Amino acid sequence: MLPSRGKTGRRGYMVMEAKILAKKDLSGFLDGLRGKGFQLWGPARAEGEVEFGLLGPGVEPELNCGNPRVSPKAMVFPQSERMFVFKAERGKEDSFILKEVGEEGSASLAFGIRPCDARAFLILDKVFLVQGAMEDPYYKRKRQRMLLVGLGCNWPCSTCFCHWTGGRPFSREGLDLLMTDLGDRFLMEAVSEGGKGLLETWDLGQASPKDLEEGRELAQKALQMMGPGLDPSPIRKKPLLGVFGDAYWERVHEPCIKCGTCTFLCPTCSCFDIQDEVRGPCGLRGRNWDSCMFPLTTLHASGHNPRPTGKERFRQRFMHKLRYFQDDFDTIMCVGCGRCVQYCPVNIDIREIIRELSA
Amino acid sequence: MNGKNPYLPYPVRIEKITVETDDRNLKSFKLTFLRKEDEEAFQYTPGQFAELSLAGKGEIPIGIASSPTERGHLLFTVNKAGVVTQALHEMDEGEIMGVRGPLGKGFPLDRFEGKNVVFIGGGFAFTTLRSTIQYMLDPQNRSRFGEITVIYGARRPGLLLYKETLKEWESKQDIQTHFTVDAGEEGWKGRVGFVPAVTEEVAPSSKEAFAIVCGPPIMIKFTMPVLTKLGFTPEQIIMSLENRMKCGIGICGKCNTGPKYVCKDGPVFTMAELNQIPAEY
Repeated sequence: MLPSRGKTGRRGYMVMEAKILAKKDLSGFLDGLRGKGFQLWGPARAEGEVEFGLLGPGVEPELNCGNPRVSPKAMVFPQSERMFVFKAERGKEDSFILKEVGEEGSASLAFGIRPCDARAFLILDKVFLVQGAMEDPYYKRKRQRMLLVGLGCNWPCSTCFCHWTGGRPFSREGLDLLMTDLGDRFLMEAVSEGGKGLLETWDLGQASPKDLEEGRELAQKALQMMGPGLDPSPIRKKPLLGVFGDAYWERVHEPCIKCGTCTFLCPTCSCFDIQDEVRGPCGLRGRNWDSCMFPLTTLHASGHNPRPTGKERFRQRFMHKLRYFQDDFDTIMCVGCGRCVQYCPVNIDIREIIRELSA
Repeated sequence: MNGKNPYLPYPVRIEKITVETDDRNLKSFKLTFLRKEDEEAFQYTPGQFAELSLAGKGEIPIGIASSPTERGHLLFTVNKAGVVTQALHEMDEGEIMGVRGPLGKGFPLDRFEGKNVVFIGGGFAFTTLRSTIQYMLDPQNRSRFGEITVIYGARRPGLLLYKETLKEWESKQDIQTHFTVDAGEEGWKGRVGFVPAVTEEVAPSSKEAFAIVCGPPIMIKFTMPVLTKLGFTPEQIIMSLENRMKCGIGICGKCNTGPKYVCKDGPVFTMAELNQIPAEY
């Protein structure tokens, strides 16, 4: 299974070692990680936007911005992923016989991932791994060989609400190492064996009690900045069909244009479609991100669609995240990263929906 | 499932293709495994389904129409409706394709033990009912169950599936059959009438009984009040859902309905279970 992390309680992750990385040494530290064979991912500038993508040699992570537009879920669940290949020529002995694509690849490391996005992997794990014998091998292969180096949020955005979902701007949950920006240096706190190993990459100084104190103060300040939270668990206590049938859905869905932006940017949305493609003699079966916002997702071959209009599709997104997922896994399928709030073209705010459904 | 990758289909050969209906829209495919070990790994119960795979076209979830007691092959009856089913209808006997499964939960046979079972089917939704009836009729199994009653209807005689099997059942003493068509034709000696009306007339007892209902939505809609009138509680009524699916193992999210995934929690549900979740199927 997954590498064990130093969990000590629902929120607390025990710090195993704390060091200091001077900012001027960041490039060297990253090169050291690359030298260890890690494929490095992090917030990187692409076409004017910051997206969570590959940090090739010489590419510096953008650590001074809010959460990157594109979430890190593609590290384990790419937007398009080959599952099988086959020969698409008739008459050959192994024609049309599917062969598994065995992309072992190198271990990956998410550098500067925000605590909310790190917690999103714990939610994805519930979907892709906790199915008894039915584990998703494509996900598992990548997830098993992945380390998460988080960066605490000194300045949460106005759209951030991780503290509504069980997170914190400096949550260590799901991480191997948490970095805290102390101005000219990072406090590096290892919370797993894997994270501890990373600290040995570079000659780092020991963190002083003053550094630790400074980190704690920043974490407290950040949480205060976010204002009061809201507990979404009451949504689960209501009768399911009552919430589903609430007249509220009639009006709240109206501005939504079903563009699917929220589902694609969401770090926890994980619906996918499986498609075959043939080009000349080469065939592949692969999966692509899908979205509950699209009518084709549920359309039957008969023409019947169980979610025929925008209202049902809009409701599905929020009922699945806020209610059904709670019934199945004791947590909502949301980490409060705020991307859907920030990038929705018609300003739909999931926080308002949580508030309404919890009331 | 196939090794460590639940998405990898088993290779199978199309042994025999039967055109089931006179409009030629339904064909049954008798499939045999290329490898003996795959056949042994594919242990299924009536009511389960599998993904039929045509490389280059895709996969479709189809109920298994054969019974585990009919050894050596699998049977699937497929309606020509979309890209994959169209391509499947164009395949020839002897060709190789893929099967991935068995998937989902079948009918609760253990709960049927010692009980009477009423099968109510309409049109081409009769496939997994065939599987279940054949299973229960097997000499090894028959004594474990009470009376078996089958009410099966189609729009016209030419659209009834499995005509040879139906004839066999009619000649047997340990099963009551009531085959009906919406509109009779010359030579049709069975009943004429809609399934709900025939159900009301046959009036199967709800005492110590289960009713399994599979058919088009309109048939289900009008059969339910009849069953209620006959005293069947929602716990005694069993249905099988057919949502759009891809992965078949509860991951891809397509068939999510309330907190359930039709592919892994179903496709078989009692009416009582369905009453608890949104009717998005």
